[in-house]
Amino acid sequence: MSAIEETLGQTVAAVEVRKSSMPTVARLVLLLGLLVIPLGVSDFVVFQVTTVLIYAIAILALNLLTGASGQFSLGQSAFYAVGAYTAAIMMEVYGVNYALTLPAAGVICFLFGFLFGLPALRLSGVYLALATFALAVAMPQIPKLAVLEPWTGGVHGLVVNKPEAPFDLPLSQDAWLYYFTLSVAVVIYWLCANLLRSRTGRAMLAVRDNEIAASALGVDLSLYKTLAFGTSAAFTGVAGALGAIVVQFVAPDSFTFQLSIAIFVGMIVGGVGWLPGSLVGAVFIVFVPNLAEGISKGLSGAVFGVILFAVIFALPHGARQIADWIAKRLPR
Amino acid sequence: MELLTNQILAGLATGAIYACMALAVVMIYQAINHLNFAQGEMAMFSTFIAWQLMQWGLGFWGAFALTLVISFIGGVALERLLFNPLTNAPVLVHVAGFIALFAILNSVAGLTWDFTIKQFPSPFGSTGFLGSQLISKHQAGIIGVAFAMLSLLYGFFRFTRIGLALRAAASQPESARLVGIDTRWMVALGWGMASAIGAIAGVLIAPVVFLEPNMMGGVLLYSFAAAVLGGLSSPFGSVLGGFIVGVFENLVSTYVPGVGTELKLPIALALIVTVLVIRPSGLLGRVVVKRV
Amino acid sequence: MTLLAVDGLRAYYGQVQALQGISFALEEGTVTALLGANGAGKTTTLRAICNMVRSTGRIEFDGKPLAGISTESVVRLGIAHVPQGRGTFSAMTVEENLQLGAISRKDTKSIGRDIERMYEHFPVLKRRHTQQAGTLSGGEQQMLAVARALMLRPRLMLLDEPSFGLAPLIVRDLFAILRKVNLEEKVAILVVEQNAQLALEIAQKAYVIETGSIVMSGSAKEIATNEDIRKSYLGY
Repeated sequence: MSAIEETLGQTVAAVEVRKSSMPTVARLVLLLGLLVIPLGVSDFVVFQVTTVLIYAIAILALNLLTGASGQFSLGQSAFYAVGAYTAAIMMEVYGVNYALTLPAAGVICFLFGFLFGLPALRLSGVYLALATFALAVAMPQIPKLAVLEPWTGGVHGLVVNKPEAPFDLPLSQDAWLYYFTLSVAVVIYWLCANLLRSRTGRAMLAVRDNEIAASALGVDLSLYKTLAFGTSAAFTGVAGALGAIVVQFVAPDSFTFQLSIAIFVGMIVGGVGWLPGSLVGAVFIVFVPNLAEGISKGLSGAVFGVILFAVIFALPHGARQIADWIAKRLPR
Repeated sequence: MELLTNQILAGLATGAIYACMALAVVMIYQAINHLNFAQGEMAMFSTFIAWQLMQWGLGFWGAFALTLVISFIGGVALERLLFNPLTNAPVLVHVAGFIALFAILNSVAGLTWDFTIKQFPSPFGSTGFLGSQLISKHQAGIIGVAFAMLSLLYGFFRFTRIGLALRAAASQPESARLVGIDTRWMVALGWGMASAIGAIAGVLIAPVVFLEPNMMGGVLLYSFAAAVLGGLSSPFGSVLGGFIVGVFENLVSTYVPGVGTELKLPIALALIVTVLVIRPSGLLGRVVVKRV
Repeated sequence: MTLLAVDGLRAYYGQVQALQGISFALEEGTVTALLGANGAGKTTTLRAICNMVRSTGRIEFDGKPLAGISTESVVRLGIAHVPQGRGTFSAMTVEENLQLGAISRKDTKSIGRDIERMYEHFPVLKRRHTQQAGTLSGGEQQMLAVARALMLRPRLMLLDEPSFGLAPLIVRDLFAILRKVNLEEKVAILVVEQNAQLALEIAQKAYVIETGSIVMSGSAKEIATNEDIRKSYLGY
């Protein structure tokens, strides 16, 4: 393919990214579906679907970073870990209500992401990938440090108590947590979609499309890059806090580099920059490893790899491609 | 003082391992402008092939030579079959492809050769080098091989037409085609060479870390760090980076209190990030002029 | 003898048709100019010859059809293309750029001599031969691009807006060299230019393109002296 065709292709892709959410009808149908899922299935299934929602938030956060500002982070597991530990420590060591830990995790992770971003975002491309990667590798070691053990529980981690449904609602603990997670996810989705449409969001998109041109237009590059990074870290932290509450356990080895990889794969499968794809990506990373194990225990890694290859061959732009395909065929 | 000398020498020996692998990283980066996350697993797989050939009765050098050929062909085949179809896909999709390849190779090796560690013979022997207690013959051998590969690669990229074509195809594919270079084959060639270099690294590393499917995990991380530190556009820089990372890693864990094996890697990486903030193209990398 | 024959060429970018079926021919050793406004399809014509855009119609080079072969194969037949933006290998040295120009040649022995000859044509390149090409000035990069194209020992050189972004004095120099190169190296040149006056000075033949079709053709002299054409299409 020629350069011009490529440039055209990229421009088209960029335009499509701006159309980064879904029509209202589709949104309502999806929301309705998500609302009825827990009715009539076992608690374990509800727990799994809750996990999907939590990963979807984490993928959404990465999407916001990569899709909107063109940066690429392998350090998402670190922010997830900070969020999870924030929630666990607040609940178990200080007895704070679980719902209050979420904003706290968000704020702490925003600051953490912002401060990490200040020096790291002077780097770009593979170098930024390496810096965030260093963060992901270092993070599981931090809670193990002797100084922090009274709070973090060291290698053994912390057990978190599962909250009951409030106001005597006739819901099991798992179902309540599902609806709680769902409402948080909806709020974060709404925030992300609006952020992209705002002035700040447009500045981020400009940075993504052409750094040099954006800086010539007076966009403060480092500020917007760092803001995007901080916001992404904050949402990832909220996902981490939810994860801690739902899984009822945090330990250093739950937050290794593998988690960053999973979040990344989820973003690719869902389609970079397409926010609803985050949910599809989350379904993929929660269920496909199980499926692979079901097909062959010894070769589950290989089966997962083959499925991933099949997906990126068929849909290099992820689930977004299917959505576009359907949208084109629907009557207007 | 003797402890310091010891640690530096030991660091150089581990550094040589990183240097070999970093060369493979730089090689493929030159060809495709990506860090290949599956590079370590490819090297591991090649090493298992060498081991299998020796089990079947081949001598070390016979198995080694055959492994290089197989690895080269394998690398070319991987590119043609799996990554060439992705040429026009977004950049990040390639990274997902590397992750998938990683999972496949690791899993297949585990099923074929299982996860128990295996002894791997050293071609150089394991006794002291020149009667010295500080460094073994194998370690000296790795350092020697690292420099030999470096010189060969340097010569290849600088003085051969195909090396020049490879660099051109990697940096500006469209312009490369306009001077008549078949860029698709150049990419495949880069994969083949990186795969063969990785095989050399794997065979050298295996006697030290023992052979098993996860043997390359840690090594690859340090090698990425080394390659990035030295500058991804510079084979010489990557070797230098390998030695620096090896020595630094050893010194930190010996002299800084509270840094056990677990914090070694994060600290090494932190140093590298610091270096990069100051010199964004690595120690020896070239700054490329950027236009709008 | 006809070196390049183009017949009914149509080209597409996605759904958009950029060329509406154009035909022209170019004689061996001559300079032909393709003139027209921005977006008329001049660049697309050059890109279609090298199979860099999807196109239909016949293109024959030296009697051989070019349809369906890759860009690099077209180049190897002896068509050197200097694209807009010059296609400089900016991270490599000037000398490496020249060597790359000759990378598909089989007669490797004479490459060194050809590089020396390029340094005679373009002395500035000799002074800068170890310098990273991306650090050259615009004019120097254009010289390098022409020199690199000549290193192929092409029979036809496609030049896309060689004057683009250059100071008038440098453009004069460049066109003087192009004329010299055309005579001494016996290379036919197809040059696309917005600066029509300049192109017509070195060309023997010219075609005027508007919105993907050829609206006028003739000898460079006719075109240059025809007041109507000058006013309505060439704008000077």
